[in-house]
Amino acid sequence: MKYNIASGPHTHGGDSSSSLMYQVILALLPTSLFGLYVFGVSALLVLLTASISALLAESIMLYWRGVNQSSLFDGSALLTGWLLALSLPPATPLWIVALGSFFAIAIGKHAYGGLGQNLFNPAMLARVMLLICFPVELTDWHAATPPVLTETGLDLNPYWLGIDAISSATPLAAEAPMLAVRSLWFGHHAGSLGETSALFILLGGLFLLWRKVINWVIPTAVLLGLALPALLLHAIKPDQFLSASTHLFSGAVFLAAFFIATDMVTSPVSVKGQWVFGLGCGLLIFLIRTFGNYPEGVAFSVLIMNATTPLIDHYLRPAVFGSRPKWFKEERA
Amino acid sequence: MRAFAKPFRGGIHPVGYKEFSQDCAIEKLPAPKRVYLGLQQRNGTLLSALVSVGDSVGKGQLVAKGANDMAVPLHSPINGTVEDIRDYVSAHPSGIKIKTLVIKNNGDSSWSQQHGSIHPLSLASDEMLQRILDAGIVGLGGAGFPTGIKLRLARDKQVHTLIINGGECEPYLTCDDRLMQEYAVDVVLGSQLMAKAIGARKAIIAVEDNKPASIQALKIAAAELHDIEIQVVPSLYPMGSERHLIKAVTGKTVAPGTLSVELGILVHNVATARAVYHALRFNRPLIDRVLTVSGAGIEQPKNLLVPIGTSVADLLSACGGLTMSAQRLVAGGPMMGQVIPSPYTPIDKSIGGLLALTDQEVRDEQSHDCVRCGRCVAACPMGLMPFQMAAHSRVSDYDGAQDYGLNHCLLCGACSYVCPSRIPLVQHFSHARGEINAQRSMAQKSALARLLTNARAERLAKEAAQRKAEKAAKAAERKKKAAQRKAQQASESGE
Ligand code: SF4
Ligand code: SF4
Repeated sequence: MKYNIASGPHTHGGDSSSSLMYQVILALLPTSLFGLYVFGVSALLVLLTASISALLAESIMLYWRGVNQSSLFDGSALLTGWLLALSLPPATPLWIVALGSFFAIAIGKHAYGGLGQNLFNPAMLARVMLLICFPVELTDWHAATPPVLTETGLDLNPYWLGIDAISSATPLAAEAPMLAVRSLWFGHHAGSLGETSALFILLGGLFLLWRKVINWVIPTAVLLGLALPALLLHAIKPDQFLSASTHLFSGAVFLAAFFIATDMVTSPVSVKGQWVFGLGCGLLIFLIRTFGNYPEGVAFSVLIMNATTPLIDHYLRPAVFGSRPKWFKEERA
Repeated sequence: MRAFAKPFRGGIHPVGYKEFSQDCAIEKLPAPKRVYLGLQQRNGTLLSALVSVGDSVGKGQLVAKGANDMAVPLHSPINGTVEDIRDYVSAHPSGIKIKTLVIKNNGDSSWSQQHGSIHPLSLASDEMLQRILDAGIVGLGGAGFPTGIKLRLARDKQVHTLIINGGECEPYLTCDDRLMQEYAVDVVLGSQLMAKAIGARKAIIAVEDNKPASIQALKIAAAELHDIEIQVVPSLYPMGSERHLIKAVTGKTVAPGTLSVELGILVHNVATARAVYHALRFNRPLIDRVLTVSGAGIEQPKNLLVPIGTSVADLLSACGGLTMSAQRLVAGGPMMGQVIPSPYTPIDKSIGGLLALTDQEVRDEQSHDCVRCGRCVAACPMGLMPFQMAAHSRVSDYDGAQDYGLNHCLLCGACSYVCPSRIPLVQHFSHARGEINAQRSMAQKSALARLLTNARAERLAKEAAQRKAEKAAKAAERKKKAAQRKAQQASESGE
């Protein structure tokens, strides 16, 4: 029996931050496995390289900063590496992947003071750094070559085995043929490792919602922020602007809505703030894709909105219980 | 759907653990060998003993009283003799010792005086309030504020609605639930009397929807009375908070920095209602209370009616003792209760629960860095930013913490409960509050000192000035006299 003073509450809901992180990783499994299925061995290598080098970088940084190594497996470093891998083309040269992971952990996270202190989503920061430094490798989209079951057995494509590769255009590139929405749902098209199937991402997202790891506000706001302007402009000039569904189901939009914009460290805490943040992300994705030079606006949009998070948190606080606008007059019943 | 029926923003659904004791009918604990009555109240007011060592006292006899109404009188819960008056451990978590009356039981359990029953509805409001004050009743929900004073204040503010709090939202505690089931009539009549004493039009007994048996019992008890209403509220922690209960029951919000009586509403606890009924109907002082003894660290969880002043050790042995895994004793509920510093601590009027918790229940884990997940913000029923308040408190930036709402914090613990990084948020807040109070009283003291010094300087200056003036006046007088003399001499010589 301990009689020393301990402050309440003397009970706890039982969640821990690392359990939250691992649940996110668990939720990423469907789309990750699907990515491996579609893109084969090279994708697996990218995923492994990114994860392992993220953990390695974390360990080095913890040692360097004199922090206990026990937080190495709190899930946050692994999650960063994993998200980075999912956002990369499936055949990115492995040294580039490793460089990205190191950058994400060292600059994206520890340079800001470690877990919880970073202003920008580390995976997205690394993604953008790589895109700027290695534009050729980072836009080398491989065709989806999933194994097919034929009469003679499983037909494994040499590309799938990582022996050779063919390039293809992403659905967002101007010359790409219009892909059926159905294909975008199931993801037999070129793209980043983890973004090809909206369906599997959605499955993971719903799992997170169900487990209350994330709430519905940010995903909804991101999707609305992108869909509303797209609907409007497509209705005015259908030949010039992509339809809302193409926008929603292509690129990393679903991944961003459920897994990247919802990153708790870099998104606002109040519900009001989350609406502003999510809508801002969606709108920026639309603007960059439609009027900018980069075909893929997701990473940039999230980073830009990350920068506004402290501001949003400062100005959009929740209202203190019972406080009311100045004009409000309470009547005495 | 529950989400849409939410009566206020924020709040949590902590694991209830009510199954330990919810089916245990209230047992009357036989009076212990000794009771320990502290002569200092929670708010610091002192009581002076009316008996001395060796005196024999009777059950219900007034044994100590204070200088004013803020100090509620204390009555002996048993028949026996005053064995000692000495410093003894109290329920304060610091383990501070206070002057305590030790009364030894003589085994007789009858009331010492005839407390004849009266017809309380015939009493005038003033007399009712006086009787409630004399009976030594404090709020039994945990705050421990003198009930008579609260009622008088409410009457002066012309309160129209009395809300009786049957929420019992803290995990583990089931004593109010059992009390409402088994003493529904007492609770209902007590509520009616309280409403009458303050001139309120009606009383609403609010019960959380997870207590169907209580709701049923109260509805039956109040069936004939139209000034008593039973209202079911959703179960959500902290429903027991006055402001949140009012919001759930009436839809009205009490503005920050104001009191509920200003809206014409007063809140009291169900156990207090029962004590009021006993005081008015049978003229009985408050000498016992119902409490829950529970937790996985207790062999037999129970709801007990115990004499005030019974020691924790006596309660534990009445419940079969502790299990091997018991790690922490808590007075009150697990959310807001405080650690009991010693097993010899006596139960005072405002302790509604005694919990023996194991490590698995406490889940006291190493805390990590804040990941800004915002769960504390979503859980806070007051609409505050707990993680910001904690960050500022940690670096002693108390102004910053106040800017994020520290003053409005209920210390309800909802934020700590949900924090995945196990940051002891509430601990930071109570520490910061303490510091701010200390600073404020220091500031007040030095202001007072300055005032006194200034006054003294002023007084001295005034005195000096006065002396000077007197001197000057005297000198002037002398001069005048001299001049007069001269003039006289001159005139005399001139004659
Ligand atoms: S303890 Fe204070 S800050 Fe935390 S949830 Fe309760 S009212 Fe909000
Ligand atoms: S719940 Fe804990 S980790 Fe999350 S923001 Fe609040 S203090 Fe930080």
